[in-house]
Amino acid sequence: MTIIEVENLSFTYGAEAALKNISFTVNAGDFTGILGPNGSGKTTLIKLLLGLLKTNCGNIKLFGKDLKDFKDWYKIGYLEQKSTPPKLMPLTAFDVARLGRLSTKKMPHIFNEQDNTLTSEIMRLTNCLEYKDKLFSELSGGQQQRVLLARALINKPQLLILDEPSTALDSSSKDNIFEMVSQINKETNTAVLVITHDIADIGKYVNKFIILDKKLIFSGNKEDFCRSQEITAYFGPYTPHLMDHLHSCRSCPFADGHCEEGCCKEEHCGHH
Amino acid sequence: MDIIEFLSYAFVQKALIAGALIAVITAVLGVFLVLKRLSLIGDSLSHVALSGIALGLITNTNPVFMAIPVVMLSSLGIYKISKSAKVHSDGALGIIAAAGIALGLIIATLAGGFNVDLLSFLFGSILTVNLSEIILAAVLLLIIFILIYFFYNDLIAITFDENFAQTAGVNTERINIILVLISAAAVVIALKVVGIMLVSAMIIIPPSAALQLAKTFKRALLLASGFSVAGVIIGIYGAFVFNIPSGAMIISADILILVITVLLKNYALKKR
Ligand SMILES: Nc1ncnc2c1ncn2[C@@H]1O[C@H](COP(=O)(O)OP(=O)(O)OP(=O)(O)O)[C@@H](O)[C@H]1O
Ligand SMILES: [Mg+2]
Repeated sequence: MTIIEVENLSFTYGAEAALKNISFTVNAGDFTGILGPNGSGKTTLIKLLLGLLKTNCGNIKLFGKDLKDFKDWYKIGYLEQKSTPPKLMPLTAFDVARLGRLSTKKMPHIFNEQDNTLTSEIMRLTNCLEYKDKLFSELSGGQQQRVLLARALINKPQLLILDEPSTALDSSSKDNIFEMVSQINKETNTAVLVITHDIADIGKYVNKFIILDKKLIFSGNKEDFCRSQEITAYFGPYTPHLMDHLHSCRSCPFADGHCEEGCCKEEHCGHH
Repeated sequence: MDIIEFLSYAFVQKALIAGALIAVITAVLGVFLVLKRLSLIGDSLSHVALSGIALGLITNTNPVFMAIPVVMLSSLGIYKISKSAKVHSDGALGIIAAAGIALGLIIATLAGGFNVDLLSFLFGSILTVNLSEIILAAVLLLIIFILIYFFYNDLIAITFDENFAQTAGVNTERINIILVLISAAAVVIALKVVGIMLVSAMIIIPPSAALQLAKTFKRALLLASGFSVAGVIIGIYGAFVFNIPSGAMIISADILILVITVLLKNYALKKR
């Protein structure tokens, strides 16, 4: 099932082009890593996908529907790169996580016992139940991140979008969280889009890559990524280093004897 | 004079009813506006109201009813400006406020200079509140209660994080506009109580005091309303006893309450 279809998408902030002519698709079950340098338009792309930014240049479909007709927001979980809630906001961690249930509500939008139970469950899963009664604004950055992750996961979304989820997290929480997301991806066939700067974090989980630098440098499977001429051209001497982090890449091209001329891992390859 | 005698006057009762209604209106709206860092909007709207008031005085209609549509229209413009990333919104809001005052003074002068009525709007004169204004305040409060009943969690989500609210299916644009239009009406009615110069204080101070202490959103709304009503009652009594404009007395009482809450909060923090 196709979850996201993007066609010829372009976007400018004022006069400055942030994205040029982007096209790709995301299917159910895909675990896609989005990579690109600072300012390459990753966050902009996500905001366009979710309708937080608007453009007339290009087409976006979510779950087969034009973005402007899309209403089933409970199918999507989103963790923003940077959210700055008001400092004095009188909401506990629990209140914040529970807000994720809002997209499932009919009029009047009031939470019930079931919502509370679901909130506790998901907070236990993301390891933030212990501070559920603390004010959200008084939590540390990493603690807040887990609460927001709980909020994004609470409806068991079919599409999960995480914009640099690991920046505030210590390395063991990082692993926990990616492990958990990967499990959700496998068990419920949730499509996952993760933006990150550290390919080492997600290398062993992803099966697709999107590389952005205002334009689309690459979009496709991890296997193709390993062999891609575009990638070698784009990353230059950094390429082997990058590939080191891609778990299956280390074995993919040479194990099955498909290693080609110009492969990034050529020097390790028994085939040559 | 003792409280019993004070309360026995019909015009005092009228003033207290109107004052209490308006206190709750500005407090509840204020909690949202303060948290969303939109409280400056209240300030510019109150200045724009001078033009509307002057227009009412010159055309010999009820100035409050004349000012409401004028201020509502401007509030839409102000909202658009504060949303647009292209202008520095606080500068733009200041300019609109200044323009409102300038235009108001021009109209007032053309109408034959300052008269007592105009001055009463500058500094507030709650003792001149009439029945139609009380009904207007009651209707406005009812609208606010209905909005909060149906959209309580939407309002919280918007206040907490607009991007999130939008991806939870909340029509943020519509709710924001409703909020701004209600604030416009509230500002005009509140002019009667505290005057143009001090109306934004009524929107900012009691909610700020409440947010020092409140641990839940509901409590913030209740505390803000309580503080605001207390300020109005103390203020009106003081104004009557010392023959000082009601606005000045009410805001002084509000500030006293704010100082107490800040001290309480610091005390609580130290004890922890
Ligand atoms: N609100 C904005 N107004 C104007 N320009 C913006 C705005 N937000 C982003 N940009 C510009 O658009 C470009 C892409 O920004 P974006 O936030 O999408 O980058 P990113 O790939 O997410 O970067 P990072 O890795 O730092 O998060 C940058 O050049 C940035 O300066
Ligand atoms: Mg970004």
